[in-house]
Amino acid sequence: MRRAALALLWLLALPATARPEALIVSLSAHRVLIGSNYTGAQIAVFGSVERDGRSVARADPYDVVVTALGPRQHLLVREKDRFGPLWLNSEQRRFGEAPSFLATYTTRLFREMGSEEDARRLNLGLRNKLIPAGAGLSYDIGEARFADALIRIKGAGKLYQEVERGVTFLTPSMFQAPIILPPTAPTGNYDVTVEVYSGQVLLAKQQTSFEVVQIGFEQQVARLARSWSLAYGLATALMALGFGWLATVIFRRD
Amino acid sequence: MQIYLPIAEMPISILLIIGMSAAVGFISGMFGIGGGFLMTPLLIFLGVPPAVAVATVTAQVAASSMTGAVSNWQRRQLDVKLGLFLTAGGLVGTMLGVLAFNSIRRAGQLEVVIALSYLVLFMIIGSMMLFESLRALMRARTGKPGRLKRAGQHPAWLKLPLRVRFERSRLYASAIPILGFAAMVGFIGAVLGIGGGFIMVPALLYLFRVPTMMVVGTSLFQILITMTAATLFHAASNQSVDIVLAVLLIIGGVIGAQFGGRAGRHLRGESFRVLLAVLLLAVGFRIGSELIFRPEEPFSISIQGARG
Repeated sequence: MRRAALALLWLLALPATARPEALIVSLSAHRVLIGSNYTGAQIAVFGSVERDGRSVARADPYDVVVTALGPRQHLLVREKDRFGPLWLNSEQRRFGEAPSFLATYTTRLFREMGSEEDARRLNLGLRNKLIPAGAGLSYDIGEARFADALIRIKGAGKLYQEVERGVTFLTPSMFQAPIILPPTAPTGNYDVTVEVYSGQVLLAKQQTSFEVVQIGFEQQVARLARSWSLAYGLATALMALGFGWLATVIFRRD
Repeated sequence: MQIYLPIAEMPISILLIIGMSAAVGFISGMFGIGGGFLMTPLLIFLGVPPAVAVATVTAQVAASSMTGAVSNWQRRQLDVKLGLFLTAGGLVGTMLGVLAFNSIRRAGQLEVVIALSYLVLFMIIGSMMLFESLRALMRARTGKPGRLKRAGQHPAWLKLPLRVRFERSRLYASAIPILGFAAMVGFIGAVLGIGGGFIMVPALLYLFRVPTMMVVGTSLFQILITMTAATLFHAASNQSVDIVLAVLLIIGGVIGAQFGGRAGRHLRGESFRVLLAVLLLAVGFRIGSELIFRPEEPFSISIQGARG
């Protein structure tokens, strides 16, 4: 909580003179605690776009894009193909720095915000975030199908989310977006980026983060398994044998 | 009711896991097989990471084979001597199998090799057993006497040198085929990530002519030792054993194994073999269908390295 308060103070202290718009962002929590009854979590992102009184009003509405990125993973996407009567893995692509969790929330539909090229240039949407930045507009369809498969499979488990109209304005300058963490989202550090656009021009950008950690019994188990792995294994094996033997005692009737 | 699994990093329904492991434990206790080849795919289907599923199931298999082995021991239906010979051969095979496993994985075709081996093994063993046991059932029905096993009557490969007497199993056979065969089962088991009980049981029945009542206990005894070692190995090398999941699986598994063992003892030898054959064919067909039919989702994701 103190960290959150400090971050907020720091945000408020930022000089608002550099740009006509200043963005203030705050998260409802900076820590998600995993206990034995954990079934996922929700973190609210609150933000406010402060406009300098002297500057003229924008013709276009504010477009807010909230992006949450989980810990990176080294992923391999494989495609099955037909070989004679069998379906076997054929082609594969590596995603060396793929986020384990990736969610983007926007105020409007992407197509309302601009053309496909604009979205590519501004790095909007899941697909544009996964395809390497250097690939440009000529990114091959054959390559893109691996990114699409990744989005589809991760999306089924809500690990990748793209919610157009996920950001709502509470007042003309204040907005809110819920980040929904599925229970399978891994532990680690999550970065949250908030960008404000108007007519495809980036007006302001802020970054913050939260972490997902295990607490109590879960934390102890995970720590033991990592740092005392042999003892942990012995305990598991002895417990298994003990339970197995116990069952024969309990069930011995005949 | 959900509980969070600290190593798998996901919540899971307690009742679903206990129910599933009880069903698998029943089959395990009935046939003297570990049941890992059924439980591991079920867990992966529920979203448990494959490495955690494989490692945690070894602990469950250790527990349910302990129950089964102890009950069989109390009934004097366990040949410790034969079991130790099988374990010794099995350990050598397991070590070779782990080496093979790593080189196949480097080649990137592990998944396919596993599916194909399952398909071929299950289809061959399953259909052989089904054919043989149906014939035995028919013979029993028509009243014609089958070939009875007489003392001292053994196939030629058991007459090699280094013969050892296994009194319990009424077997006097060379140690060479027994150790060699156990090594082969250990090898296959390590590559496929299973105990190999489903290969061991038919082999003891048909190749070594061990009496049906001895087969289950002896196979369970061998699985017990191998899987206890495997649990330690997985915990020490991959840190992927989830103790919370293991407890749930064990509770369901040992209860199921007790009832399964009872049901198995009321089965006649032939019906026992027909049922095991049908089970193997069904699993083989299920795995094979994934290779043969057009997959609904042709893409798959695997996590390669640790997160950065």
